[in-house]
Amino acid sequence: MRGHRGLAAVAGLITVGAMLAACGGGSGSKSSAAVATGSVEDVGNVSLTWWHNATADPGKSEWEKVARAYTKAHPNVTFKIVPIQNEQFTSKVPAALESSNPPSLYQQWGGGAEATQVQSGKLLDMTPQVSGWIDQLGPSAKGWQVDGKWYGVPYDYHVVGFWYRKDLFAKAGITQPPTTMTDFDADVQKLKAAGIVPVAIGSKDRWPDAFWWEYFVLRECSQDTVTSSIESSSFDDECFTKAGDDLKDFMATDPFQEGFLGTPAQQGAGSSAGLVANGKAAMELQGDWEMLVMPSLTQDKDFASKMGWFPFPAVDGGAGDPKAALGGGDGFSCTSKATVACPDFLKYITSAPVQTELVKSTTISLPSNPAANGAITNEAAKTALSYLGTVSYNQLYFDQALPTDVGQALDTAVADFVAGKGSSKDVADSVANSKAP
Amino acid sequence: MSSTIREAAGPVSFPEGTGAAGRIQSRPARRRSWRKSGELALLLGPATLLFVGFVLVPIAVAVYHSFYRWNGFAVVTDFVGLHNYSFALHDPDFREAVVHNLIIVALSLLIQLPLAIGIALLLNRRLRGRGLLRLVVFAPYVLSEAIAGVIWLLMLQPDGFVDRVFRDAGLGGLVHHWLADQRLVLYTLFVVITWKYIGFGIIVLLAGLQGIPAELREAAAMDGAGSWSITRRITLPLLGPTIRIWVFLSVIGSLQLFDLVWIMTLGGPANASDTMAVYMLDHGFRRYQFGYGSAVAVILFLICLVFSLLYQRFALRRDVEGALTRAVG
Repeated sequence: MRGHRGLAAVAGLITVGAMLAACGGGSGSKSSAAVATGSVEDVGNVSLTWWHNATADPGKSEWEKVARAYTKAHPNVTFKIVPIQNEQFTSKVPAALESSNPPSLYQQWGGGAEATQVQSGKLLDMTPQVSGWIDQLGPSAKGWQVDGKWYGVPYDYHVVGFWYRKDLFAKAGITQPPTTMTDFDADVQKLKAAGIVPVAIGSKDRWPDAFWWEYFVLRECSQDTVTSSIESSSFDDECFTKAGDDLKDFMATDPFQEGFLGTPAQQGAGSSAGLVANGKAAMELQGDWEMLVMPSLTQDKDFASKMGWFPFPAVDGGAGDPKAALGGGDGFSCTSKATVACPDFLKYITSAPVQTELVKSTTISLPSNPAANGAITNEAAKTALSYLGTVSYNQLYFDQALPTDVGQALDTAVADFVAGKGSSKDVADSVANSKAP
Repeated sequence: MSSTIREAAGPVSFPEGTGAAGRIQSRPARRRSWRKSGELALLLGPATLLFVGFVLVPIAVAVYHSFYRWNGFAVVTDFVGLHNYSFALHDPDFREAVVHNLIIVALSLLIQLPLAIGIALLLNRRLRGRGLLRLVVFAPYVLSEAIAGVIWLLMLQPDGFVDRVFRDAGLGGLVHHWLADQRLVLYTLFVVITWKYIGFGIIVLLAGLQGIPAELREAAAMDGAGSWSITRRITLPLLGPTIRIWVFLSVIGSLQLFDLVWIMTLGGPANASDTMAVYMLDHGFRRYQFGYGSAVAVILFLICLVFSLLYQRFALRRDVEGALTRAVG
């Protein structure tokens, strides 16, 4: 008998808990938050809780410096800075936005993930505060808009391309970086003949695989097809399957390092970035953060001067623009916890002097405010930046541009495909299928 | 043991609560019962609150969310009934993850248990440097999972530390793509798991061995029993309760396996090392499918709960007679 009563009590508790949860979830509509306009000084003493992803120097102390400088100019605004490891944002942000106590501003990569977060009603619509100055950040900043409203502001941009070893290319007798996929395949063979691993890839982390597939998509599909397919989350155009076939053909040339399916992207000298930094592989398809990641992975103090950059080659017969780039950027979103001080702080972060300082301290590589472009010294990064100025459009990474569930399902499908599981069609279909649960 | 305690407890709990005295002096009795309730509330209250707040309510909330399609941000409105459960049970990836968990459970019992017993028996003997050996064996368990995972991830890279050790020992033919080979990766992980957790098993078993009176072994030796038959007929049976507890912890741990897998492979390549917990985090948090993730969490919880209850009912019954079994049965 005792046992049964105990069970009944547990059942009762579960019912109460479920009802509590129901009340919590159901109350109130979730429209977006807004603050009154006015000057920062008018809002009285404010403490901003700031979540960013720079857990190590130089970024960590650089952001502290930026916050101190802002407090000096606006003594009523103070900061509580919480550096959080990059991957933890995926779990911390949802929990924080569900709670009644989210941070005032936090790391934001824009796109579909931002749109999903906006549904919480906790993100601040900053349109009135930022519309006067945000144009200086160029058209790429639109990636942080949701339905024409500004819920985030980027402080740097990224472009994905090939970071290559000039010394190893020379050793294999390659005088010019390839511009078409045919040349690229030929160079892969030359590098192999010279006993050099042609391409490093960090397949363990999945997203590096996605870069490859997405670039083939940009080369095979027209911009209109890419944009409308991402908008409708359906990749049924034939060009998406063709992109998978291209990737399969490329992998058939055996271009990657041994055991690449278990290789991490950025951890240790054996990671894909580490292999290139140490001259054990000739190139890697990566974002411009590569140059910020590499120094800690190699003993070679001089490696940066050996690095070059070239964009993803053109694909013969593809309907896509050979000048289309894949990229993104880092930014911040303000929440309902913040006041007008938060958008004003973002204006400060993206101002020319602060951006210049961020580039000089190697906190960021490509500033969102072009006024700071002159501060870039590394040759490879300069090449990437000047290319970014010439692209027809800079497509946000698909996993970021799509709603999060769809984007992650796509990453997994591409990773499976690279590991030999599934067909080109399966990858394209994963986008529609991901909606199932 | 337990019966003595119960007999002893009788007079202490109810010193004069029954009989004539009790009926006449009803007021002090009531005061006593108030006092007793007060004591109970004071002693059990905080723990009950914590247990309800941090165990039962979260479980209830997870069950509630598991009936909805919910991305973690919007209002919870999209009721889908048992759809999340049926989707999980029909998803080949999830089934694969369950199988991987069961393989780890089986390997733990078949390989880790004999290994742990053997090493514990060895370390229970008087031998030089025993303290140091115990320390060395236990050291990996003290390391955090994250650190152990990263260390092994780096050591197992092609041409990494492990490969070089094999090559230098003239065993270059045994070198494989430890983490990249889909047929091998789960077993590679099992070796790391064994390295990480075997120390715990050994320490638990050593503690169990300390509890076996030396007189029994001496008496058996006097009766002419050899060391093998002493181990088999005296030591191992008396070690039974400890072994049963270890098996319980090991199975639950294997079913909930997460940290090392997440850090070393993310469940890949192509789900070849996926476990239920990894699958849950991947779908729940990374894909923002919190309703579906909750359903997977509830399935994992139910599997563990059913195992725990059955194991307590049938295997641990003798060891904990009078404690858990009475409440359950």
